Amino acid sequence: MLSCYRVLDLTDDKAFICGRALSDFGAEVIKIEKPGGDPARLKGPFYRDEVDPEKNLTWFAFNSNKKGITLDIATPQGKELFLKLVATADVVIESYAVGYLDSIGLGYDDLSKINPGIVLTSISGFGQDGPYRNYKDPDIVVRALGGLIYTAGYEDRPPLGVSYEHTHYLGAMNGAVGTMIALAHRVHTGKGQHVEGITQQALDIVCSAEIEGPYAFFGEIPTRHGRARAAVTLKDGSTYYNPLLWSCKDGFIALNLLLNPTAARNNRSMMQYIKKDGIDIGSFENWEWESKNWENMSREEADKLMEVLGEFFMNHTKDELLELATENRFQLGPCNNAEDVLKYPQLKERDFWKDIEHPELGASLKYPGGAVVTTQGYIGVKHRAPLIGEHNDEIYKGLGLSSGEIQELKEKRII
Amino acid sequence: MTKKPFEGVKIVQLCWAGVGIYTLNYLSHYGATTIRVETATRPDPVRLFAPFAPTNKEGEPVGLERSAFFSITHTAPELGICLNFKQPEAIEIFKKLVVWADVVGEGFPTGVMDKLGLDYEGLKKVNPEIIMFRTCGYGHTGPMADQPGFGSILTAVTMMDTITGWPDRPPVPPSTYYTDQLSPMYGSLAIMAALDYKRRTGKGQYIDHAQIEAGLNYITPLILDYQANGRELALKGNKCDYAAPHGVYRCQGDDRWVAIAVMTDEEWQSFIKAIGSPEWAKKPEYATTSGRITNSDEIDRLVEEWTVNYPPEQVQEILQKAGVGAGLVANAKDLDEDPQLNHYSFYRELDHPYMGKLRYYHPDPVKLSAAEADIQRPVLLGEHTDHICTEILGMSQEEVDGLREKGVFD
Repeated sequence: MLSCYRVLDLTDDKAFICGRALSDFGAEVIKIEKPGGDPARLKGPFYRDEVDPEKNLTWFAFNSNKKGITLDIATPQGKELFLKLVATADVVIESYAVGYLDSIGLGYDDLSKINPGIVLTSISGFGQDGPYRNYKDPDIVVRALGGLIYTAGYEDRPPLGVSYEHTHYLGAMNGAVGTMIALAHRVHTGKGQHVEGITQQALDIVCSAEIEGPYAFFGEIPTRHGRARAAVTLKDGSTYYNPLLWSCKDGFIALNLLLNPTAARNNRSMMQYIKKDGIDIGSFENWEWESKNWENMSREEADKLMEVLGEFFMNHTKDELLELATENRFQLGPCNNAEDVLKYPQLKERDFWKDIEHPELGASLKYPGGAVVTTQGYIGVKHRAPLIGEHNDEIYKGLGLSSGEIQELKEKRII
Repeated sequence: MTKKPFEGVKIVQLCWAGVGIYTLNYLSHYGATTIRVETATRPDPVRLFAPFAPTNKEGEPVGLERSAFFSITHTAPELGICLNFKQPEAIEIFKKLVVWADVVGEGFPTGVMDKLGLDYEGLKKVNPEIIMFRTCGYGHTGPMADQPGFGSILTAVTMMDTITGWPDRPPVPPSTYYTDQLSPMYGSLAIMAALDYKRRTGKGQYIDHAQIEAGLNYITPLILDYQANGRELALKGNKCDYAAPHGVYRCQGDDRWVAIAVMTDEEWQSFIKAIGSPEWAKKPEYATTSGRITNSDEIDRLVEEWTVNYPPEQVQEILQKAGVGAGLVANAKDLDEDPQLNHYSFYRELDHPYMGKLRYYHPDPVKLSAAEADIQRPVLLGEHTDHICTEILGMSQEEVDGLREKGVFD
């Protein structure tokens, strides 16, 4: 759908996903690496744990579909070549330290002089402006300042960041959306503009309803409560934290336990399943679920309900509970890991996973398919990420360079 | 005056809950004309979500306009119409809106629109060039197509509930209904790409947005790692495989914390200087990343001995000035007062007829140099029914009044 657009991608691993998302919709995205390869290629994990820049799994994940060229944009000759590419492009995306591109004469104003239609998208932790603009923004730091760490974790231990670093992807994906907004604007104005995708702000949006809402309305500051999420109030006025995550026979599940008239039928039928397991459901047998809510429950009753549910879940596997939930429309889902999602029935049925060939590895790997399915063609991963400098000849010849000139640039380590 | 990015784009939306709204906000903030279709007979459940904003009018019922969730998500200019689809005339008016629109967005479980004859095939009959965006938890085909999709469950099934935690304890939720804010960006890209395509080719399309599938696109490396190395993600607390010290450290004050991440050996040297060059930090084995990772428990303890003497804001300032990543572990109040977010006017104060003045209305996390986001208070239920019928659809006021009598606009 977007095959008419050319995107030059200068991002580091914080923001590979931005260009990748645009490429999913058909844009021609050219990943520009330093000669020798992007430093992120040396961060793990690697295919078969072999430390090799051509076997980096994060690189595979978020640079698939892209073309790859090498270019040192900090050298005068490299800069000149880059500007030639800018003249052929619609979008440049970058995630350098704030001000870097300006400092080497490749800021928005410089690019715009060469190509007034160019959209420059800058992705950063905190923004190109303001008191934090020069802050270091590693994952855990931007996540902390974005409000998502304070409410994650157990009460008796420090708050928690994530063990899978992906926080900047939120800013990067907003950068992709901002790029499309700017391309839409260009239809009216004929001009490009400078777009920012900002991770801290993206995190603040994540916080907005559940974390900021209680503060905005009541001055309450939500804190962390282990596996529980929202607090409820019991009959005696005390606060109660019912778990969102539960242990089951072979892992964990999430249960959205609702106590309201709409959920009464589901709750009653779940109790019958629990009874079938031989678990004593006590007074829940004749419970008036329609009129039950947290506010009219005693602590003893609430504890008993948690105990009964907990015992039931421990009797069953994630797969069994998923089946039960799907059949009965229970608000319950397995906490999937990679093995689980690869065999998740709904995704299989929708032919979600895509086999992508890696001829150099003599293997194919399953990738998540498109984030959307459309009637105007396939959206999503189509081919593996580029090798270092794989498309140098194609792209530089497209600029009118001869094989001899390309060879010379290689020798000078400009490409 | 310069046109806005999506000026001229017309959207009709019947989205409940969060994802569809977050998705369309990007367009409505930037110039699209958006009509929100609702009914008071079966309101968006989010309008009924507690907590509710306090009122100073004693005894006033909560009603449908005071939900915090609703007002926080609906920050874009929308025109509101009430249509009760139990009345055939309501369906007819809806179809007229489809003819008017470029995009129809909806977020019901599969089946709801289909039963009304308002699936893509149905909409195409009245407007062959329509772009129909449908979002639901699991996608609109397959055995789970009609399952309701709550963010709390989707966060689990997309693996996001297994990435936060300590090695010796079960994982915890990442806090919030995470996928509700991860999947909209892909939905938004899809609509914007579809509009661009339509502008060039005249063709509309159907977009099936499965929140589980959009969510999984964020975790591809974990899927590849499992296939290539047979490995599931190991929980690491706040540690990092390739950097130390890296963690969350206690500070002066009640439940106050700072995140610190020393990513390189150069940063380690700056870090030592910034904390006053204590003897312990000069150990030669701490000079290299691998040495610091090996000794990270001990280093974490010593770092915390320093951080507990300062409020987190001060640690952040001292270390960032030295070029080391450090940030206050912000709570709701800190976010509200954050100088960087406020520099970007990320908290906008707006007046609301039922809730009064509140300053939590956010623009999108994007900033454009030549376009401003248009932020407005949430639309009231059916606020513009008459305007939409008469001005946009060209109906007479008599006709509108007659239909109102019949309950078409309930």
